[in-house]
Amino acid sequence: MASKLKVWIDDRFPMTELWENHVSKYYAPKNLNFWYLFGVFSLLVLLNQIITGIWLAMYYTPTGAEAFDSVEQIMRNVKYGWLLRYMHSTGASAFFAVIYLHMYRGIMYGSYKGPRELLWVIGMVILVVLLIEAVTGYVLPWGQMSFWATKVLISVFSVIPFVGKYVITWLQGDYNVSGITLHRFFSFHVVLLPLAIIALTLVHVMALHKVGSNNPEGIEIKACKDSLGRPLDGIPFHPYYTLKDLVGVVIFLIVFFLIVFYAPTFGGYFIEAPNFVPANPLVTPPVIVPPWYLASFYSILRAVPNKLMGVIVAAAAVAFLFVLPWLDRSPVKSIRYRGVWSKLGLTVFVISFAGLGVVGTMSLTPLVLFFSRFFTVTFFMVFLTMPFYTKHEHCKRVPDRVTKG
Amino acid sequence: MSNNIDKNRRKFLAGATCAVGAAGVVAGSIPFIASMLPSESAIAAGGPVRVKIDKMKPGDQLTVIWRGRPIWIIRRDEKMLATLPVLEPELRDPKSIIDQQPEYARNEYRSRKKDLLVLVGICTHLGCAPTYRPDVGGVSADWKGGFFCSCHGSKFDFAGRVFKGVPAPINLEVPPYVFLSENEIMIGVDKPSTNLDV
Repeated sequence: MASKLKVWIDDRFPMTELWENHVSKYYAPKNLNFWYLFGVFSLLVLLNQIITGIWLAMYYTPTGAEAFDSVEQIMRNVKYGWLLRYMHSTGASAFFAVIYLHMYRGIMYGSYKGPRELLWVIGMVILVVLLIEAVTGYVLPWGQMSFWATKVLISVFSVIPFVGKYVITWLQGDYNVSGITLHRFFSFHVVLLPLAIIALTLVHVMALHKVGSNNPEGIEIKACKDSLGRPLDGIPFHPYYTLKDLVGVVIFLIVFFLIVFYAPTFGGYFIEAPNFVPANPLVTPPVIVPPWYLASFYSILRAVPNKLMGVIVAAAAVAFLFVLPWLDRSPVKSIRYRGVWSKLGLTVFVISFAGLGVVGTMSLTPLVLFFSRFFTVTFFMVFLTMPFYTKHEHCKRVPDRVTKG
Repeated sequence: MSNNIDKNRRKFLAGATCAVGAAGVVAGSIPFIASMLPSESAIAAGGPVRVKIDKMKPGDQLTVIWRGRPIWIIRRDEKMLATLPVLEPELRDPKSIIDQQPEYARNEYRSRKKDLLVLVGICTHLGCAPTYRPDVGGVSADWKGGFFCSCHGSKFDFAGRVFKGVPAPINLEVPPYVFLSENEIMIGVDKPSTNLDV
């Protein structure tokens, strides 16, 4: 009966074909390590954001007068409202944590190199849309930090020559950030951007399944196949990686819910103290800090004394990540077979990005300014020198087959 | 009828169809984009506001809201006004060349009347609200008084003119305003008229 139904469906919809091509007969390298879990985690967090988001939207009111109170209502009166909200707010930060680690994995093992350049670029587009999604969500609780961080971010558009002022009024729908702005950001946050993220995620996975996963060794497993055309160093995604990923998922959920239950504000990094005060356009909080996941780019913006240049340099930081596949001229992919300069470059990159993030959440003192400028310089040095050191450094020979795990 | 396909003709027709379609998409997007501009009620709420200033003593600061933005009214005393010419070498735009004020405020005091300063209280860097800091030596040892933005450290003098070497690129904005009488001003209009000239 069941097999008859399966045939009936398969004659009308490629159900078995899709399952085999993307799951049960999709061959992934046998040596994927824990770094490869972060892609799965980001899918899991996306699911969490969508489900908790749908429930939050049942109780949230996106107007200037009621937004703040409706969030308090969710926290105090709605059954399990506190849990839904903290899962959503912790999920937002978790999303960037896993995405940044996912990207670090890609950089470390050269996963953006041919033929995976487009896969990387699609991923970067997702990051940008995700940042906009996070920013539009940041407004919704309508606390002081929601209001002022939004004001600071929107005013970035004022650097556009001639029309900047009008672009800002158009985006705000008012002469200042107001309830009108809040309401439209809500619309973007719950409809437009999630649709875009889901669509882009599908495109990202389709691109991945076209080229196949890279691996810690940076060996192309499709180069060595058996008589049936299966990669010799590959194993089917299901059941091997579905089960392996399940273990990772359990560990991830333990950490995630420890934060949700015991440290939902995460010392002011996930939910800032000023956001427990309703938005007031007349009083700026003493320190305006961006969410931690924007802090690195914000640091760069702040490090440059000229406003237009600051925006251009911060945008360049993102742009350099987009073109990473073409800056890297190395003949090998993985850091395991690269020379000392690539290892140094990766170290400096990580220290610079993390350093920028740390100083970006601090108020501006001469010392903080010094370090934000220092890390901005080292951050860009890595990208600017990459085409040279990757081309000329001495690399080890990459084996043809995956021999170790 | 010939069996030969005229590829050029086909290309032209496909191109023309695409062009007309693209024009239709552009035209069709106008209502969606224009819908996001301030609504009639938002425009009306952005109308001018009257402010009584008869109770302000020298050195006083008053904040009112116009278009959701804080507008500062400051009654400057002689000591504050005396700092303005002294600070000129330290300022980016001491002569108010950049268009951040109505024509009648493009002068050394950046105001219609010498003592009464009207400013939009929003930092020109990234839109924070600077604070009124008339305390001499309060922000730094050589501080002569003015406005200080605690977000990113921008400094302005008692006419809202920006100092060199701070993140804010230009002077604070002077909104349009008019004296209705000795004791009352209207913010949001250039001429004393009852029309909502917005």
